[in-house]
Amino acid sequence: MSMQPLLDVEQLKTYFYLNQNQVAKAVDGISFSVFPGETVALVGESGSGKSITALSIMQLINKPGKIIEGSITMNNQELLKLKPKQMTSIRGNDIGMIFQEPMTALNPVFTIGNQITEIIRKHKKVNRRVAEIRAVSLLKVVGIPRPEEIMKEYPHQLSGGMRQRVMIAMAISCDPQLLIADEPTTALDVTIQAQILDLMVEMQEKFQMALLLITHDLGVVYEYTDRVMVMYGGQIVEQAPTKQLLKLTRHPYTQGLLASLPKIDEDVDRLGTIKGTVPPAYNFPIGCRFATRCPFVMDKCKESNPELKELDTGHFVRCYLYEDGGSTNDDD
Amino acid sequence: MTMIERNLESSNLDNRTDKDILVEVKNLKKYFPIKGGILKRTIGQVKAVDGVSFSIIKGETLGVVGESGSGKSTLGRVILRLLDPTEGNVVFDDVDISYLSQRKIRPQRKDMQIVFQDPFASLNSKMSVGQLVEEPLIVQGLLSKKDRVKQVSEIITKVGLRKGDLQKYPHEFSGGQRQRISIARALVVNPKFVICDEPVSALDVSIQAQVLNLMKDLQEELGLTYLFIAHDLSVVKHISDRVAVMYLGRFVELASKKALYNNALHPYTRALLSSIPVIDIDKEPAKKVEKIKLQGDLPSPANPPSGCTFRTRCPYAYDRCTSEVPELIELEENHFVACHLYTEK
Repeated sequence: MSMQPLLDVEQLKTYFYLNQNQVAKAVDGISFSVFPGETVALVGESGSGKSITALSIMQLINKPGKIIEGSITMNNQELLKLKPKQMTSIRGNDIGMIFQEPMTALNPVFTIGNQITEIIRKHKKVNRRVAEIRAVSLLKVVGIPRPEEIMKEYPHQLSGGMRQRVMIAMAISCDPQLLIADEPTTALDVTIQAQILDLMVEMQEKFQMALLLITHDLGVVYEYTDRVMVMYGGQIVEQAPTKQLLKLTRHPYTQGLLASLPKIDEDVDRLGTIKGTVPPAYNFPIGCRFATRCPFVMDKCKESNPELKELDTGHFVRCYLYEDGGSTNDDD
Repeated sequence: MTMIERNLESSNLDNRTDKDILVEVKNLKKYFPIKGGILKRTIGQVKAVDGVSFSIIKGETLGVVGESGSGKSTLGRVILRLLDPTEGNVVFDDVDISYLSQRKIRPQRKDMQIVFQDPFASLNSKMSVGQLVEEPLIVQGLLSKKDRVKQVSEIITKVGLRKGDLQKYPHEFSGGQRQRISIARALVVNPKFVICDEPVSALDVSIQAQVLNLMKDLQEELGLTYLFIAHDLSVVKHISDRVAVMYLGRFVELASKKALYNNALHPYTRALLSSIPVIDIDKEPAKKVEKIKLQGDLPSPANPPSGCTFRTRCPYAYDRCTSEVPELIELEENHFVACHLYTEK
């Protein structure tokens, strides 16, 4: 892909200022790009900063959180310098977002139709009749049966999968170029998850959107994405084309994650584990943030944090084990 | 002899006798009334568990998988008598506990415990870890204060926490550690049987692996029998010896882990298995499983379809599925399936 990136995030830092002068470095110097039409995964466990990255792009960070540094450009336009009103028009129009829990993301006291037409009318300046026609056709596109009737129903009358379809319809209602989906299927059953993910890919192809998929599920990453970024402790620790990352996993954290997955297609007696837990964002270790849990930890790792380095084309790793292009088997 | 009884008998492995059965569930039903109208009369029923029969052999792990609303949690709760059954029996260790009074059942509870899904909701935040783990012993009234303290500190190290943690409160722990506290609470009374109701689904994968390994180790060390309820098929596969698949209150398939995951018979099981995204990067494309994608949602358990409840989503449904409920039959040895595709008429 030699084209211009659609979204370009440079050295983004989002900190949360907590009580007792503690600062949670939820996102701490993240850089990445998303190209038009591409599907990129952002993977990590809870507390790794993946959702805060998404919310930072949308500028939906509330106090005590603040974007303190960095730049986010979309089509060469700096988003962090926009006025709130301009940003409102970017949200929805250019970037759509789908949240994890459709029940809390939808307003329980308004009908589905009401909520979709509100967005269309806000962004497209059309009258209600036109917005309603568009809403019905959108519901049809995302595979909702009886769309005319569903327009009059309330969120609680729909199942989880149906609600997530409504969320997708709302997110794509103004033809965004980028769709951010934050754990869109985590709350859903596996048969419904497959339906929703297929639908998202279908929509992506139909409307030629780029998709930033935030998930903790490496199986989903493998089946649905082109490129993947692994986050740990507010930073990207490994980034590569999806197949490459899963075939030639380099960072000990990514290796640990893969080993700890119970596999459906093979038998293991004991699962691999990563010892300990994720350090809290207000108290990261001084050196490498994974040093406290890493099976290959060296003295150097406890002193300074390694840089994200490109080992092969497009494969970036933040780890001292690969300083000289070596592998995890080397003693040095 | 009805079909169900026959199935029950043959479900025991040949070399095992009745003595090896720890829990036997016979045609268990749990209906919840739906109240409506001005007088709050019962206007319908949710058939959460609708005629389930199986037995659990000592020392094994029986996994139960199903989507939300399939009745798997209700099943666990009825077996423990946290809910009263509508019909059917639960025999635990040769005692029929299905209709015992709450007072008579309490001594039995020492032998049967449960670990709940959400370690944030299931631990009282105002009690210290020591108090939380000691509480079941006090309720059972079995040990003196001194022995209780000894027992608590023993179990807390077994689940991988430190004795110093006993003075702390639940909010000081991460999700994985809290789940360890829940496990300690369940095991402190030395139970024979533990129901694990989605014990790892609220945890991150690296933590989930730690807890699963711990549960396997404890099972071996203490000779526990597990009923492991979960929606994640790979987790269930990892921990179970036999697996049951539940759909709208019924078992649709029950088999050994190997048979179920390599040779699933019921269309629902096959669809479930094929909808899991798998990292099969080393596999040749020809070996990949053909995907069966299901249409639509789980029907409402208050108004299930007639005949086979899966027929509304089944790609192979035909007229007989509408009119006739398929029985759970033993198609291959110890491999039970409830589907008309496998029975000639």
